Amino acid sequence: MVPTSYYLVLSAVLFGLGVVAFIFKRNIITIFMSIELMLNAVNLAFVAFSRALGQLQGQVFVFFVIVVAAAEAAVGLAIIIVIARNRGTLNVERVDSLKH
Amino acid sequence: MTLQIAVFLILAAVAVAGAVSLILQRHPIHSALSLIVVMVALAGLYLLQGAEFIAAVQIIVYSGAIMVLFVFVIMLLNAGEEERTNLSRMARFVGVPLGVVFLLEVAYWIARATSHMAQASTQAVSTRDLSTLLFREYVFPFELTSFLILIALLGALVLARREDSD
Repeated sequence: MVPTSYYLVLSAVLFGLGVVAFIFKRNIITIFMSIELMLNAVNLAFVAFSRALGQLQGQVFVFFVIVVAAAEAAVGLAIIIVIARNRGTLNVERVDSLKH
Repeated sequence: MTLQIAVFLILAAVAVAGAVSLILQRHPIHSALSLIVVMVALAGLYLLQGAEFIAAVQIIVYSGAIMVLFVFVIMLLNAGEEERTNLSRMARFVGVPLGVVFLLEVAYWIARATSHMAQASTQAVSTRDLSTLLFREYVFPFELTSFLILIALLGALVLARREDSD
């Protein structure tokens, strides 16, 4: 069997990479994708704990996380479309009308 | 090393490689494809842990629906490559070392804190048990999510509608 800590370390690494991508990327769509990566990393930890503790609640929670992520993706991408239409750019460094 | 650990290491390497590729690719469509690789590898890891239902949902909803939506929007907006700025060059020299140190630190402490945890239990959970739990104990949150999706649908429609149509 694969020890639970292996899964948790992988989950932490993926979450950290998601944070790095969130900070590094300047395209708003890629930033949004890194949020999805972080959600996936958390899901992996949920399933690993569900398996380790022998309880199904973790998997139920993963199911709800996926549903909420789908709803979030729909609304978030609609917002991105509005930003692209109003500002004419997807670069977050150029969406700075509050600064000027 | 057992077969399961070998499969885990392969899938984990694929997932991490996909996540790194998500960061390194400059074109959003390449990042989206890298993210799909991560999600498929994670579905394999769910299968390895005996969570077949979650693995199937991961493939169908995440790689199937959500990522198709992303790719669709990238093509709709005709998103091009990211442009480089002075700040992004600085981020490479300051951010990459900090990110690597952060990852190693977190991985070390999690490995240390959870190494005493019992090995994963062997009894497989069936999709039947999962659905019983979902539709008995968690039926109210389940119905609530359908409401949430309805609201998200309406919100997306209202937001993405063209203003000049009226």
